[in-house]
Amino acid sequence: MFLPFLPMKNLLRFLARYHAVFLFVFLEVVSISMIVKYNNYQHVKFLNSSNRITGSIYSGYWSVAEYFTLKRINNELAEENAKLRSQLMREELSKIGNEAPEQDSLYRQNFFFVTAKVINNSVNRAHNYILLNKGSRYGIKPDMGVVSSDGVVGVVTHVSENYCTVISILNNRLKISAKIKRNNYFGSLTWDGDDYRKAELDEIPFHVDVAKGDTIVTSGYSAIFPEGLMLGTVSDYSLHGGSNFYKITVNLSVDFKNLVYVDVIQNKTRDEILKLESTNEND
Amino acid sequence: MINDIVKYGIMYVVLVLVQVLLINNVQLGGMYSPFIYILFILLLPFETPRYLLMILGFLMGLTIDIFSNTPGIHASATVFVAFLRPGVLMLISSRETYEPGSAPRISMYGFEWFVKYAVILIFAHNLFLFLIEAFTLHGIFHTLLKAIINAFLSIILIVLSQYLVFRK
Repeated sequence: MFLPFLPMKNLLRFLARYHAVFLFVFLEVVSISMIVKYNNYQHVKFLNSSNRITGSIYSGYWSVAEYFTLKRINNELAEENAKLRSQLMREELSKIGNEAPEQDSLYRQNFFFVTAKVINNSVNRAHNYILLNKGSRYGIKPDMGVVSSDGVVGVVTHVSENYCTVISILNNRLKISAKIKRNNYFGSLTWDGDDYRKAELDEIPFHVDVAKGDTIVTSGYSAIFPEGLMLGTVSDYSLHGGSNFYKITVNLSVDFKNLVYVDVIQNKTRDEILKLESTNEND
Repeated sequence: MINDIVKYGIMYVVLVLVQVLLINNVQLGGMYSPFIYILFILLLPFETPRYLLMILGFLMGLTIDIFSNTPGIHASATVFVAFLRPGVLMLISSRETYEPGSAPRISMYGFEWFVKYAVILIFAHNLFLFLIEAFTLHGIFHTLLKAIINAFLSIILIVLSQYLVFRK
């Protein structure tokens, strides 16, 4: 039978014939966009790889365009200078005859604790997360540290009104700044993805005196954990040929398989530390 | 027809509950938990149209994802298995050997046939899932090894379940 040329009809026939493939591609695109959107890790990975392309385009563009904005930026800076100077003046004036109070005993208490209960936990995935039964209602915010009575558990990642999720030490996306308690050399602690009782301490140089049983604690070099929280003990260490750093295996002090109550650490000076640190990035 | 919908509906719910409440809490060797929920896609009748297989696979995967907090990972892997299923059925024996109105069962088509069928799809499922979870080719051998071990455990569990529960 003679069929007149009907593009619409052909298109429909084409779609009908390969509907399975189209549906497959469609569903995979939906799933993968979900993965990229809702899973932090893949999200970061995806953005990173695309950033390399967009980043180079933008930096090329800006290296030309920034000359044309210098005038505006200059004005803005001058305005900001004026504003800051006037603020400073006001501050100076207000201080006269009104000495700043001396630091009292509360001075050292930068860290406050909120106790929460673990309501979901896993140790068997490549990236383990813990769910706690307290959230923003109790002042919990992302990037707060979580400890149990035995030691460090993880860091808060997302917060809802009544719950929060915690990235556990048993997740190789989390690095914790740690040090050997005996001699204060510091490195970073990560999980190797296999055993829930062990983690690895990197970046300890080979000349350092390490011994089995040495205590590993947090270094306090971040705004998340105070110094000296228990992480674990050295169970094994070795030096690979040519490497400048030890490969140290640490027995974690927390038993992640029976975690019930944990404390979320609120650092009162966190914003202050971050603000201060961010000023260095512009140097 | 209605009978089938009820039957497979119950199977869906039971498999999700078994996976989420039982198996996800049993970690063999500290890190492996086999996937039994994929059995739902394996056991659907031969005549199930391709689009329905994939939509059901997507829903199944998404349900597991919602329970295990991994949006999209199980959904994409299950859709992949559903997409492969008709091809695999054609591959392991010609269409004429399948009785109309029947479903892939060990009791009907034998141990050897079922294992062949399950092995291909379960390996595909685990490899896809572990690769998409890692989302990188870095450390690919480690990822593949984990996927293969997990696939083995899943196969053992699924074949055993055929003798214990799904005898009809």
